[in-house]
Amino acid sequence: MSAPLLKLEAVRKEFANGVAALAGVGLTVEPGEFVALLGPSGCGKSTLLRLVAGLAEPTAGRVVWGDVRDSGTGGRRGQIGFVFQEPTLMPWATVFDNVYLPLRLAGIGRGDAEPRITELLGQLGLGEFAGAYPRQLSGGMRMRVSIARALATEPDILLLDEPFAALDEITRFKLNEDLLRLWRARKLTVLFVTHSVFESVFLSGRVVVMSARPGRIVADLPVPLPAVRDARLRTTAEFGEVCRQVSDRLGIASGAAA
Amino acid sequence: MNGNGRLLRLLAPLVFGLVVLVLWEWAVRHYDVPAYIAPGPVLVLKTLWVDGPSLLGSLWVTLKIAAAALAAAVVGGLALAILMSQSRWIEASLLPYAVVLQVTPIVAIAPLIIIWVNDVFASLLVCAWIVAFFPIVSNTTLGLNSADRGLVDLFRLYGASRWQTLRFLRLPTALPYFLAGLKISGGLALIGAVVAEFVAGSGGTESGLAWRILEAGTRLQIPRMFAALVLLSLTGIAIYFVLDRLAYLLLRHWHESALPTER
Repeated sequence: MSAPLLKLEAVRKEFANGVAALAGVGLTVEPGEFVALLGPSGCGKSTLLRLVAGLAEPTAGRVVWGDVRDSGTGGRRGQIGFVFQEPTLMPWATVFDNVYLPLRLAGIGRGDAEPRITELLGQLGLGEFAGAYPRQLSGGMRMRVSIARALATEPDILLLDEPFAALDEITRFKLNEDLLRLWRARKLTVLFVTHSVFESVFLSGRVVVMSARPGRIVADLPVPLPAVRDARLRTTAEFGEVCRQVSDRLGIASGAAA
Repeated sequence: MNGNGRLLRLLAPLVFGLVVLVLWEWAVRHYDVPAYIAPGPVLVLKTLWVDGPSLLGSLWVTLKIAAAALAAAVVGGLALAILMSQSRWIEASLLPYAVVLQVTPIVAIAPLIIIWVNDVFASLLVCAWIVAFFPIVSNTTLGLNSADRGLVDLFRLYGASRWQTLRFLRLPTALPYFLAGLKISGGLALIGAVVAEFVAGSGGTESGLAWRILEAGTRLQIPRMFAALVLLSLTGIAIYFVLDRLAYLLLRHWHESALPTER
């Protein structure tokens, strides 16, 4: 395999109030991988994602990027896409302007950015909504805009922090499938945080299970399912079997802390 | 809101106002109240018709002061709010003095300002400005500090400069707050101008509406006084509606306050 894209080395995080969020986390992500980070709520998986994004600094340990000599967060600017739990859109800006934001901040002119944004909006099924305001869209559509924005800079890695947790099941399943399609079509590397066993197995090639606070990685399970997946997979026996295994490990992780 | 509801909202205050005016006119006639104590609405209207043109000139003077004060309050208020949003230390250093300026009654310091500032127009402008600028500072500061935390993170993630964060995130967030402050300041600018004129007296060659009210009062021309008051109220209402409309036009696409009630 090629050099890892991202490597976490014994990363620890304690908040200013003394709460230990992460206790020695090591994790490697290869280019093109889809890794799901699964854990009970409060296990520090969102914190981990913020450390990777450079939005917070580890108390100890290092975040190392494969192609950059050292971890300095400034070096990854524009190469990380982040999708938050909420769509986090600017209510005063149209869909187009929301997706344009990362490019605008990078100093790219509107005309130069337009073809790329139009293509992205098309890929996410937002083609007709370029001029709409966020309030006119449903929750699922808003999340699509948020994903389109995260992809606007063509980042090396896409970080998603429980992005579909607040959506209804039908919308969530649809977005799961669309995200997989995007991952294949755009050859993305994805780190996806979730607390849903089914979602983690359906989406990823690897499920990393974390224990409750202070967060530690307790299992790193490959998902032996075909790369091309659709809705039918959810009802197959193989899918059920992988989910059971992952669920067991999650149960141990949660139980150990209780 | 349906058509009936809208009609009711328009008609109800009109009918109420009309009833009060009719009662007032009736009371004045029935009890034979002399016009120098309380003129009836009909007499006030007549006076407004006759004296209107001479009063309009004075209204123009007052309006100029109020408008200039409001413009200065917008510029100064925005600048101060932006300055304070850049650093906690600047905010901590300046805000108390903005509050001092706000809580000091303008009537109390107006004579001082009129002594200090030679030009009458300028001294009235300063008085009106002091009254008008605080709501803009206070509201805009709140707005600039109210940016969505997720969006703040997003801007950090993309390495946005301080200026970019201000331009694309903090200022748009602050817009509804600023406009709410502007609506308050619009009315206050007019009040400030009138109060300052009261204190300054006729000072210059041009006299504002407040001076006309004082003058009419001392000459016991009470109907003329009422006419000037009516003119002043109408101006205040007009300022409010203009600013309200401006807020609606700027926010109609996205802000909750400007959205239709039906969804």
